[in-house]
Amino acid sequence: MKILVPVKQVPNPDEKVKIKKDGSGIELEGVKMVLNPFCEIAVEEALRMKEKHGGEVVVVTVAGKDAELQVRTALAMGADRAILVETNEELDPAAIASALAKVYEMESPDVVIMGKQAVDDDSNQVGQILAAKLSLPQATFASKVELSEDLKKATVTREVDGGLETIEVELPAIITADLRLNEPRYASLPGIMRAKKKEMKVIPISELGIDTAPKVKVLKLEPPKERAGGVIVGSVQELVEKLKNEAKVL
Amino acid sequence: MRIVLKREEEIFIQTVRKFVKTELEPISAQVEEEDRIPEEIISKMRQLGLFGMSVPEEYGGFGFSVTGQCAVMEEMGRTNACFRTIISTNNGIGVTGLVLAGTPEQKEKYLPKIATGEYITAFALTEPGAGSDAAGIKTSAVRAGDNYVLNGTKQFITNADVASLFSVIAVTDREKKHDGLTMFLVERGTPGFTVGPPEKKMGLRGSHTCELFFDDCRVPAGNVVGGEGKGFRLAMEVLDKGRLIIAASALGAARKLLEMMVEHANQRVAFGKPIGSFQAIQWMIADSAVEIYAMENMIYSAAAEMDEGKKIPHRVAMAKLFATEKACEIADRALQVHGGMGYMKDLPVERFYRDLRLTRIYEGTSEIQRLIIARHCLKKGGEC
Ligand SMILES: Cc1cc2nc3c(=O)[nH]c(=O)nc-3n(C[C@H](O)[C@H](O)[C@H](O)COP(=O)(O)OP(=O)(O)OC[C@H]3O[C@@H](n4cnc5c(N)ncnc54)[C@H](O)[C@@H]3O)c2cc1C
Repeated sequence: MKILVPVKQVPNPDEKVKIKKDGSGIELEGVKMVLNPFCEIAVEEALRMKEKHGGEVVVVTVAGKDAELQVRTALAMGADRAILVETNEELDPAAIASALAKVYEMESPDVVIMGKQAVDDDSNQVGQILAAKLSLPQATFASKVELSEDLKKATVTREVDGGLETIEVELPAIITADLRLNEPRYASLPGIMRAKKKEMKVIPISELGIDTAPKVKVLKLEPPKERAGGVIVGSVQELVEKLKNEAKVL
Repeated sequence: MRIVLKREEEIFIQTVRKFVKTELEPISAQVEEEDRIPEEIISKMRQLGLFGMSVPEEYGGFGFSVTGQCAVMEEMGRTNACFRTIISTNNGIGVTGLVLAGTPEQKEKYLPKIATGEYITAFALTEPGAGSDAAGIKTSAVRAGDNYVLNGTKQFITNADVASLFSVIAVTDREKKHDGLTMFLVERGTPGFTVGPPEKKMGLRGSHTCELFFDDCRVPAGNVVGGEGKGFRLAMEVLDKGRLIIAASALGAARKLLEMMVEHANQRVAFGKPIGSFQAIQWMIADSAVEIYAMENMIYSAAAEMDEGKKIPHRVAMAKLFATEKACEIADRALQVHGGMGYMKDLPVERFYRDLRLTRIYEGTSEIQRLIIARHCLKKGGEC
């Protein structure tokens, strides 16, 4: 079977990021980039599917050339080949989904698995828009995925508010990975060396013939409010008084 | 400074960073308590390829540049020092003699096993009677047909409890002094070779250092590395690489200590203010930052020169001397900034303080580094 895994590079979530002076985005200068953690989970799940059912794992990203490092990381984890749809513009989720839909048509995979969202802008839209564009079933927030023997269906457990939902979708489908789906493997040195020889095809986005004009424009980003320092209370009475009158939680 | 890495090295550093954060750091206190790295962590290190970093690609390793190895060691320096010790002893001094001067047969036989971590390596120079004065060692190797017969004792040998292959320096011709030393590959289990129990140390718990005893131990002549009489020079080259790797791990530890210092300075309130608002604390932070910046520049520019094939023992000595002495000062300041909490075992500061102390002693004491630097300056009219 062929498994397509769209991935994205994001600023390292362990680093503190700064908002650009004009509020239009994040200051990326000097920030280390990593593979989005949910994408790693999707790659891992694809690799497990391949290990169980055989086939090929193809990763795809829509990004600038500098994303090659993260794509190679996915190849080092064990993906077979990669496609980099090259663009130097920041695209909105709809445009990314349009590009991925084209790649889907070129590759005709049996299943698409991707992260539920990227931890930079937390859009949580690309999987859903892609499913709509391709008129495919979608199974979002997957915490467990099981493929039927004939590879025609997938049983997916979804994390929904306060519980779990198990659904069945016909393949091909778009599955988006949640945090508890698996624990992704590392890009080991033997894997990194094997990845050196794997193919990474670069396709300029202009060759896809899609409309990438943004439908959503980010107007402004604001940092969260600075937290005020804590106070040490002198007595239980004072604590109760503060909880009642200042925090207003009692 | 701009550190130039190969793409593979860059990807691997991301892996190491994640491994340190999610697997090593969480068990760091447990390892300290039990004085033992769990077997499953060692086997994960094997799978990741950490043991084979410096083994050339044609022997199943990864051919990391010195810069790449320093960058990995810097990341590993941020957690309990025993984790990086097993790796750095292997890549820094354990395998380097073989990589630099081994015969094709020796490389064929051992390097692929070292690359996978099946064979862990150690380096044995120091003896009860000679440490700094390496040419003063007593362990002897006498030719007997196709073998050499080794007799003597080595002391303080890191990784000795887990190593399968030892690079041992012994005297083949006492008259010739420096030119009478030879490096031998000795496999664990060779008759006449035994490893003593782990020493009780000030720190570096989880890593073990033992005595080696050679009692009429027969080693095949084919196990001589780099030729008879070439052992001293080879050992010095091995130590050059090892020293830079130690400096890089001291840099990682120093960075971690500065981060802890700053976090505590922002949080801890005394006299109604965060202690970070007091100038006395700020100066400790500033001095540490300056030293870390200088360390980084020294280490990575020396690494870049080594990668270009230059021989620069005096600069490596400078980097090791400066990085290890300053890392110890930074640990001391970090402890001071943490006050009483810094002295408690609940925080890792006191552990860094103890573990870093070693870096000023092994692979050449600070005094020996100064000696190397001064000799170079004196010989070259002040060139540094
Ligand atoms: C935990 C640990 C692990 C180790 N691992 C290894 C290992 O894996 N392999 C290995 O071979 N060795 C290892 N060593 C040994 C280490 O390299 C030596 O301890 C070190 O080189 C110092 O030698 P020494 O202990 O004999 O001290 P000495 O040489 O006796 O030195 C004592 C003091 O005299 C000073 N001194 C000596 N000569 C001079 C001089 N000419 N000028 C000025 N001052 C001088 C020294 O700087 C030091 O302060 C390890 C040591 C420790 C503690």
